Amino acid sequence: MNVNRLTDTLDFQAKALDLRGERQRIIASNIANADTPGYVAREMDFASALREATASAGSVSGSLAAPVSGGASAAFAATPGLMATTDAGHIPLRSLSSGLSGLRYAAPSQTNLDSNTVDMDRERASFADNSVKYEATLRFINTHVRTMLDAMKSPSQG
Amino acid sequence: MSMFKIFDISGSAVSAQSQRLNIVASNLANVDTVAGPDGSAYKARQVSFQTVMMNTQDGMPAAGVKVAGVSEDQSPGRRVHDPANPSADATGYVTYSNVNAVDEMVNMISASRSYQNNIEVMNTAKSLMMKTLQMGQG
Repeated sequence: MNVNRLTDTLDFQAKALDLRGERQRIIASNIANADTPGYVAREMDFASALREATASAGSVSGSLAAPVSGGASAAFAATPGLMATTDAGHIPLRSLSSGLSGLRYAAPSQTNLDSNTVDMDRERASFADNSVKYEATLRFINTHVRTMLDAMKSPSQG
Repeated sequence: MSMFKIFDISGSAVSAQSQRLNIVASNLANVDTVAGPDGSAYKARQVSFQTVMMNTQDGMPAAGVKVAGVSEDQSPGRRVHDPANPSADATGYVTYSNVNAVDEMVNMISASRSYQNNIEVMNTAKSLMMKTLQMGQG
């Protein structure tokens, strides 16, 4: 069995947790600016952000797995958004655009006199929703860790 | 960890809202102030909020709030005919401040609700972070 299989699920959940944290921050920004004239509310498209985050992680690990040839003419920067690694010693950075493209402007449900588009009811609902899902992701991680530890125990151990 | 920024964001909002509450308190305290010898009474003050973009390592936006400035309402003060008042002018009118008590009460409720909202955001973020710290233990 590949050792990576132990942590693959964990990697995915870690990314999801990271994005939940980002979304929590975006919603906190919206709530903080509920009274700021001209502020435009932002919202994260969680599904596409997560898809992008997991996809870019796959390409990074793919480029890591492929050994960089010593020749200067080696094909680099093939992946858009990834920083070019031109030397074997370079550490590939994660995609600069990752996460940003998941961000959208929230469509205002009502126009406001000061052109602020924060809908407090919706933000509160999103905040509660995101908190619950953050905790759910945490529990997934905890359960996964416990399952793995259980699997590692010898049968003689209780 | 990205969630640490929430305390900066909500903290800036709480501080801005408390400044707004301060201004409301000044306005309400001066609702019955009459004009002094120079003829100018207290003018209602109003805060204006502005978004502050905070830097994060990963380039994700974090938007806090700051009080961009305090402006004075330049509308003329309330004038009441009261010749017996020692502050009355030659025509018998007393000039009060231009504070509208109803406006200020509404402003106060709005500020206190926003304050509460941001405190709750911080509490939720804190409890989530405490649970994150215990990750893998349970």
